[in-house]
Formats: sequence, C-alpha cells, structure tokens
Amino acid sequence: MKILVPLKRVVDYNVKVRPLPDNTNVDLNNVKMSVNPFCEIALEEAVRIKEAGNAEEVIAVTVGKSESQEQLRTALALGADRAILVETESLLEPLAIAKVISKVVEEENPDLIILGKQAIDGDNNQTGQMLGALLDYPQATNASEVMLDDSSVTVTREIDGGLQTLKLNKPAIVTTDLRLNEPRYASLPNIMKAKKKELTVKNVTELGVDVNPRTELLSVELPPSRDAGIIVESVDELVDKLKNEAKVIG
Amino acid sequence: MSILVIAEHDNTNLKGATLNTVAAAKEIGSDITLLVAGSNTASVISEAQQLNGITKILSCDNDLYKNSLAEELSNLVVSLASSFSYILAPATTFGKNLLPRISAKLDVQQISDIISVESEDTFKRPIYAGSCIATVKSNDAVKLITVRSTAFDPVANDNSDVPVESVDASTSANISEFVSEELAKSDRPELTSANIVISGGRGMQSGDNFHLLDSIADKLGAAVGASRAAVDAGFVPNDYQVGQTGKIVAPDLYIAVGISGAIQHLAGMKDSKVIVAINKDEDAPIFQVSDYGLVSDLFTALPELDSKL
Repeated sequence: MKILVPLKRVVDYNVKVRPLPDNTNVDLNNVKMSVNPFCEIALEEAVRIKEAGNAEEVIAVTVGKSESQEQLRTALALGADRAILVETESLLEPLAIAKVISKVVEEENPDLIILGKQAIDGDNNQTGQMLGALLDYPQATNASEVMLDDSSVTVTREIDGGLQTLKLNKPAIVTTDLRLNEPRYASLPNIMKAKKKELTVKNVTELGVDVNPRTELLSVELPPSRDAGIIVESVDELVDKLKNEAKVIG
Repeated sequence: MSILVIAEHDNTNLKGATLNTVAAAKEIGSDITLLVAGSNTASVISEAQQLNGITKILSCDNDLYKNSLAEELSNLVVSLASSFSYILAPATTFGKNLLPRISAKLDVQQISDIISVESEDTFKRPIYAGSCIATVKSNDAVKLITVRSTAFDPVANDNSDVPVESVDASTSANISEFVSEELAKSDRPELTSANIVISGGRGMQSGDNFHLLDSIADKLGAAVGASRAAVDAGFVPNDYQVGQTGKIVAPDLYIAVGISGAIQHLAGMKDSKVIVAINKDEDAPIFQVSDYGLVSDLFTALPELDSKL
C-alpha cells in the first residue's frame, strides 16, 4: 500500500502574525516557517501505518515556492520515503492546490491520502474535501482514529457533540484532527539520512491545471481590539460585579 | 440572486447554526431557499417552516441522507445548484465537511467562515487564528460560503407557513458508509449556543478536577469548555475544545479558569460579551482580554465561587 501525504509550509504557530503597514496582506518578512501542525499529524499517522507493516511507501508532496523543500526535508527526516515539490511562485488557493494534488494522485495512485484538516495560515479547512470531490474518493475529515483493512479504511471522526465512525472504500481521503497522534521529533541521524532521500521538483505548469486565483484579497486588518478590564480582589467582588455591573448572572 | 442554505439537523431538530446561516443569507439577498435533506425529517421541516426570512423549503427525505455523508449530500446539492447563485452552510463540522466537496464539484473557490457580508461578492473572514481579518472578494459566478454562526444573530421563528417542495434523491455515490455515532449526552446547553460558558485549561491539572467547573455550570445553566492544552493533556474530550481548531463561542459570559490565553484559544472566545479570567499567574495573557480578572488559585476560588452562586 502507498500513502500520499500532502503538506503545507506555513508560518510557525508560535508567531504572532500582523498585517503589513499598508494592509495589503499579512507581514511574512523574516518570520519562522514550519510544517503545518495538522500536516505533521498526517505524516506521523502515515509513518506509523508503514511501521506497523501496513504500507510500503509514504510520499510527501507540497505545492509552493522553492523554499518549501525545507519542509519536505523535514518530512523525509520524520519518515517519508520520498518527496515531491510542485513548484509555483504564486500562493495558490485551496481549489488550485487540490487540483494540483489530484494530478499527483493520478501519477502515483496511492491507496490512502492523509492531510491536515486545515492549515493554520488561511484556516480554510477545504483542501482534503476538495481533493475527495475531484477524485471521487470518499472522505473522513477530523480523524481521531484510523483503522485499515484490505479494501477499506474505518475512521473515527471528531464531530460537534461527539464522535462518528465511517467506513470508506479505498482509495480514500483522511484529514487529521489533533488527537489522532502525537508527532515525533526528527532525530539527528534521520535528518542526515533525509538529505539523501529522493526529492523531485516539478513546475506547476507541467501539470496543466488551471490555478488562476478566483478570489482577491482586498485588505488585511487587525481585529477590533478588546481592552483589558479590571482585576477584582475577591470572589465576592467578582460575583457582585457579574450580578450588578455586567448583569450577566441572576 | 437566489440563495440556497443547507440546513444542519439531526433528522429531528434543526441545529441552531442553521438560523445564523439564514441570517447571513438575509444580508446577501431576500430569495432564500432552505434545503432539508435527511430521513424522516417531518419535525425538522415543520420547525423550518417557521423561520423568518426564507421563501421556500426543498425537502429531500431519503435514507441516503440520514447520516449526512458528504459523498451523498454533495451529489444532491450539485444536482440542485444550477438554480442558485449562492450556496451557504454553517461553519460547523457538518458544513466544513460538506461544502468544500460541493465547491470543487462546481469549480468554485469557497469562502470559509465569514464573519460579515460587505457586499454581494465581498466578505470578511478571520485568518491566522483570528490574528488578522481578511476582506476577500469572490470572482466566481457562484459563491459558496460557510458562515461563522457567532457573527450573525439567529433569525426568529415568526414565519407562518413556508411552502415545501420535494426534490428527488441523487444516485448514490456508494463509496462510504456510516458505522456508528457516539454523542456526548449532557443536560447542559451546547457549547456554541450557551449563554454562559465556563472553560478549564491546563491549570485544572486533571480531568477529575473538571467537576469543580461542572458544579458551577449547573448553577449557572452554563456549558463547559476547555482549552486545547486541557484536551491535549487528556483531561476532557476534544468536543470541549474552544479555539482556532475547536469551537467558536461568543456567549454573554465566558469564564476562563486556569487558561493562560494563547492566541489559538482567544480565537475561539474573544467575541464573548463579558470575559472573566481566574488564574494564579497575574502575567497570564488572558488578563489582557478579560473584563474581570481574579488572580487566585483556582482550587480555592472555584469552591468559593460555587458556594456564593
């Protein structure tokens, strides 16, 4: 079995992102970039499936600038067998990314595709589902447990109010939620080994898909700020304020 | 400009987020159709017929849609899509799961999680865990949108009798099947619709200690939530999680207990009307957004608060 893990280079989750002074976009100058945390969980799951003897190959793929090779090397150090960068200078929208990855799927024919449920930059939560639609593969989003058998994959999903379990025909799409696993750290020997693993670079134009933007970003602003209130001295004062000043409890 | 709103329901009741989604649709236009697809949905339909602002209900009552499988529902919505210039769904796990599948089939770049309607093609939405607000214009002929429910007040139930039209089911995709569902049973209100929410963080130290919050929640009629740290530590299930990757809440009163206030948590609750923070670390960032802060050990403050309510 072959597993494809599409992943994304994003601003590190510890970075506090701000708009550019002219409000045309967010300021990404000199900020730390990382693998999107949900994509790390996706990769970890794929590597664990391989380690359990249920897959032969894990392929990491990303769509982005040349610098995204850094994140693919990280993926290789974490256990991916090889990596593919589909290079583009423009920042693609989720639909375009899904189209590009669907072409990679057609070439690689994986049995399972595991992605993060969302990237923490755009917070769109779209790419996995769109890929499912383009390929007519079944999907299980927000996975907290993945179980494989010969022809299907059974996935427990985190939904509002609880858990739902679905059974999908393979090939299938799974997107990861937080509790699926806890990703490992790359060891130094594995980081060294990763430098020798295969990383293929192709240009997005080779794939012949329409990646033109459908939306325009008109402006990026800070959200309305919320002023700090007061520090109360005691529980009594707190209860009094909530009853008589804010009037939010009876 | 006809608008299709996809109703979220459990085959018995309409989910609250549907009402907020209709409210967002009303800001776009007035020709609003609600799609109720499910199995034995009579009670959902009669509830929906009372909703203010909708002109028509499309009902597709078929076992195929009983469990809201995205593979099946997306085929149905795509078959109906040609009559509409907008398709909206709530930005809940239901809508987030379903709408991108429809968008890709219609070759549309969806706009996720809108918090305002600026014009017929321009919307605001939070990005980077709400650190920034993006204003986005859609150039697609059809707009597919998920709606953040806390940003729109729900429509009222004051309509008399919205007409219902039945539509045929689509052919089954037959590539996925529902196995089971395990829904948390609680007498408390749902997190996303509660007027009061009390949440615990890593400072709670264990899942057992959440009973300190439960007791206060029961007195206040509040829902109980948690930070990602508390979920990661295994104190409580993931469906308690408030934040960027969990639930977005905006109650009248939000009480954050033992929560430091990471940006990812603030993203899920900072639109609450009144925020109370209880934390023993006076430098915790949560105090920068709280209306009332109490610097105190939660293990002394919570029992005292409980006894005084």
